[in-house]
Amino acid sequence: MPGETKLDVRRLDAWFGGTQALHGIDLAISEHVATAIIGPSGCGKSTLIRCLNRMHEIVPGARVEGEVLLDGQNIYRMGVDPVQVRARVGMVFQRPNPFPTMSIYDNVVAGLRLTGQRRSRADLDEVVERSLRQAALWDEVKDSLDASGISISGGQQQRLCIARALAVEPEVLLMDEPCSALDPIATTKIEALIHELKGRYTIVIVTHSMQQAARVSDFTVFMYLGELIEFGPTERLFTTPEKKETEDYITGRFG
Amino acid sequence: MTYAARRRRDMIARSLALACTGAVLLPLVLIIGYLIAKGITSVNLDFFTQLPKPVGETGGGMANAIVGTLVLIMLACALGLPIGIGTGVFLAEYGHTRLAPLVRFCADVLNGVPSIVIGIYAYTLIVMPTKSFSAYAGGVALAVIMLPIVARTTEEMLRLVPSSLREAALALGVPSWRTTLRVIIRTARGGIITGVMLAIARVAGETAPLLFTAFGNQFWHHGLGGPISSLPVQIYTYAISPFDDWHRQAWAGALVLLTLIALTSLSVRLLTRGRFRTVR
Amino acid sequence: MAGDVLEATWTAARRATGRGMAHRNVGDRVFRLVTATFALSLLAVVASIVVVLCYESSDAVRTFGWGFLTTSAWDPVQREFGALPFIYGTLVSSLLALAQAVPLSIGTALFLSELAPSTVRAPVSFLIELLATIPSVVYGLWGIFVLVPWMRSYLGPALQGTLGWLPFFSGPNYGVGMLTSSMILAVMIVPYVTSVATEVFQAVPSQQREAALALGATRWEMIRTAVLPYGRTGVVGAIMLGLGRAIGETMAVTMVIGNRADIGVSFFSPASTMASVIANEFSEATYDLYVQVLVEIGLVLFVVTVVVNVLARLLVWRVAAPAAGAR
Repeated sequence: MPGETKLDVRRLDAWFGGTQALHGIDLAISEHVATAIIGPSGCGKSTLIRCLNRMHEIVPGARVEGEVLLDGQNIYRMGVDPVQVRARVGMVFQRPNPFPTMSIYDNVVAGLRLTGQRRSRADLDEVVERSLRQAALWDEVKDSLDASGISISGGQQQRLCIARALAVEPEVLLMDEPCSALDPIATTKIEALIHELKGRYTIVIVTHSMQQAARVSDFTVFMYLGELIEFGPTERLFTTPEKKETEDYITGRFG
Repeated sequence: MTYAARRRRDMIARSLALACTGAVLLPLVLIIGYLIAKGITSVNLDFFTQLPKPVGETGGGMANAIVGTLVLIMLACALGLPIGIGTGVFLAEYGHTRLAPLVRFCADVLNGVPSIVIGIYAYTLIVMPTKSFSAYAGGVALAVIMLPIVARTTEEMLRLVPSSLREAALALGVPSWRTTLRVIIRTARGGIITGVMLAIARVAGETAPLLFTAFGNQFWHHGLGGPISSLPVQIYTYAISPFDDWHRQAWAGALVLLTLIALTSLSVRLLTRGRFRTVR
Repeated sequence: MAGDVLEATWTAARRATGRGMAHRNVGDRVFRLVTATFALSLLAVVASIVVVLCYESSDAVRTFGWGFLTTSAWDPVQREFGALPFIYGTLVSSLLALAQAVPLSIGTALFLSELAPSTVRAPVSFLIELLATIPSVVYGLWGIFVLVPWMRSYLGPALQGTLGWLPFFSGPNYGVGMLTSSMILAVMIVPYVTSVATEVFQAVPSQQREAALALGATRWEMIRTAVLPYGRTGVVGAIMLGLGRAIGETMAVTMVIGNRADIGVSFFSPASTMASVIANEFSEATYDLYVQVLVEIGLVLFVVTVVVNVLARLLVWRVAAPAAGAR
């Protein structure tokens, strides 16, 4: 099951201004698997995932030290443009954020259009269908591609955002609590999606639900207070955790 | 488009935005620079203490204009502040009534009326019946201009007072109106004063409404029922005249006027720094 | 001990509130009445402005009718009055001013909201607001003695050299005129358009920006995709606000526009606006009809600025309000 290491995090520290949010994270994420990051609120899981596509530094005063190797190349090396990193490492956010002034069709190809790629209409049509199928949304919207991106339900909007992220053909897909704003049915659909997507992409998903982590992921990372406490195959981590903090969290003693 | 081309576009866009900002700030530098360069040598004791000399003669000052502006501002405050602050209190306390949105709308409308139209209004109201230009007419015009500014800032400042203060007073058995008067307004006092200062800074530079209300006077005014000089009008009169010496004095007057306005605005900023939002 | 303190506080409070319930209600009612009176006074002022303008121009309206707005003859001596030159002057100078101010303002607003580091943002905003506090007459003074000579000696000839084949840049260049006044107007409206546009751009939710950036967009591409489309309506509102200001601007325009009641195609031609003709001729109006005509022009000015400002507010609210209530 585990393939090559896709993302290798080495001695990663991250700050918001003067407050340190991540302490010396070392983590190897494998290709073509789903890795979940769990932990109580404020443990740094969102910060960690946002460091993987250089979104953390968008916040004024934010700082990163350490390395994140994508296929062996450090994305934080001097001279590397975050723009190119983000084209290879895509992201889906907690709350669906389709562009409100664009149609469903335009939303899906937004990533292609705004990075200046000139494609023929036929090409774009194909990308739209492919991405929406991968996001399990095609059947529901194929007759209303011109409808506004925000005219569909929350769950559909989130799948639209997934399609949008997939349209630029990234290698890694980061998902920051993608289901926390959705109802249980929409959540189930997206979880099913993750199972299909990990065959083609590498998925990293932050979740506050241990049950979700257990359902969708192959590997799980447990974080607490900005530190990586434990990392391992999901089944082992949940049944026989090695660290006490992990066990306390899983058995509900805190968090 | 290649990646390099996209980077180039990004760079060009950023540079353009920076260039726009520079272009926007350039006139500020030029205007203040010229004011200082052309006016500073003429800002002397004579300027502040002497009356204008007769046409064609050099020398003299703008003492009457400076006093005139102060008189007009005081008149405007006397007429405009009660209504302005009272309206602000009404909007803050009774903002939920049906009357309030209408009042707010009218205040916004009034704020956008060109000041020269307000000059016409004051002219027909005061100058025509009394058949005389007067400080009263000028004061009325400036008061009307002050009204919406004072009303809006007063309302905003009152709303900023935390409701816990009101609840504490009411819980002690203090009646609502007294709470407003003694607790809320007192707490917001500083903010209201800064709002008034903003209005004064705005009104001190107004010329158009004074052109045919206060009109202007080369001498000291005789009471408030006659024409009175003011700094902006004097600057205007001198600027469009053919006399070099008057031009020189116009620069000095402009420098003094801008300095007064800038000092007022700056002190408002310093007083409201961190405590309240800066009000536009 | 505690009981005594409570007793004392309660007595003091009772004294402060007066004798019982009846008093409180009266006090509140009076207070409400007094403040409402002040508020109604403001309403009365606005209403009376409308009434006064209409009443004091009624003779002129009756005499000249709608043709007043379309006739261009302006000869007070012969009692011929047509407001077209002033409407034309107001429109052209304002639109020219917008053409210069809007691109600069939007560029500056984007710089302030998207590109500037936070240490730079505050001082630059402050400096731009400073532009708004400079009185109109000071702009005019600077215009007469700095901008007009510069236009006459440098900018005018340069424009005529390159664009003189266009009718807009033909004709003699005196330094004063439509173009010069539009330039001063542009400087004067920039702070208003910039500050509103900056607020509009800052109201764009960060999730939208992040969505674009996460797809691999450069900063400019993010602005183009997420910020500008979202802020479209608000920016139009900001532009209308600037237009409203430009239309009503009096002193600076009067001092550099040349004050000729004429319609000239060239931007170099001296002209006059509704506001400037009132400023120039009101105190010289020697007979009643003359005054009435000028008041009528004031009425037109009033109506136009109110309409433009109301439209502007509606547009800006539509952007700011949803953003404030957004998830």
